[in-house]
Amino acid sequence: MVTPFLFFLLAVVAVTAALGMLFSRNPVSSALWLVLNLFCIAGLYLTLNAEFIGIIQVLVYAGAIMVLFLFVIMLLNLSALPTLESLDWKAVAGFVVAMVVLAQLVYMLASGLGALPTTILAEQAAATGDASTIAKELFTRYALPFEVIGVLLLVATIGALMLAKRKPI
Amino acid sequence: MLTDFIPLFIMMALALGLALTLLNLGKFLGPKRPNRIKTMAYESGMDPVGTARERYSVKFYLVAMIFIVFDVEVVFMYPWAVSFQEFLAASPGAALGVTVVIVFFVLILGIGLLYDIKKGGLEFD
Repeated sequence: MVTPFLFFLLAVVAVTAALGMLFSRNPVSSALWLVLNLFCIAGLYLTLNAEFIGIIQVLVYAGAIMVLFLFVIMLLNLSALPTLESLDWKAVAGFVVAMVVLAQLVYMLASGLGALPTTILAEQAAATGDASTIAKELFTRYALPFEVIGVLLLVATIGALMLAKRKPI
Repeated sequence: MLTDFIPLFIMMALALGLALTLLNLGKFLGPKRPNRIKTMAYESGMDPVGTARERYSVKFYLVAMIFIVFDVEVVFMYPWAVSFQEFLAASPGAALGVTVVIVFFVLILGIGLLYDIKKGGLEFD
């Protein structure tokens, strides 16, 4: 049908946009490639019957988070990327940490795959992605993690204020 | 279902098509006779001084950060608003419970806003 076709089309565009983001030399066009990538991922969520997550992806990531990214780019005033420095211990340590995180993610995915139900009916899938289903779980069973998200956002607000209002020395 | 979003897709395709058409139409149809004064950056009739890409003040970053925090807050309020009638139909206690959860969440973020206002974070000096 049309949904698998749309899924693979969006997937190809998403990967292309991600590569464009990585290989673009101008930070602003890099950020705009990332916007395209986030839009495609929102489309992927829609094809997977997760409408709420898809719309939120556009609103929060493509809207708000990208605004913040562009602000940071303009704040740092990068005209072009500085040339890459030679390999130092910080890069090596970062690479090792990234690989450990990747290994953990792959391990979690691989061990979790067996637990997934093999077949999901279309009606079941259609009933999982809307806002009221999310509300039923989020505000009852996951009420405490939800409040912890509130504390996390509070920390972000106060942290940004601490950084921005610091008096110049 | 995905078919519900067909009008949205049509609208997005039309918007993209219109933007690309209008941008390229000017490029193809417009006469191009550039000279030094025409291509100069417009600065209200003055000769341009310096670059337009000055560094921004970090205050703008603070505003953007606060915007994101309250954007996410509204995102979380949306499922509550949508499903409130369902909770009320189930039982008044359930509706009260989820309302307490969301009000507590809003209060937590309200502390941050109050702190910003008290510290003068939203004032530009």
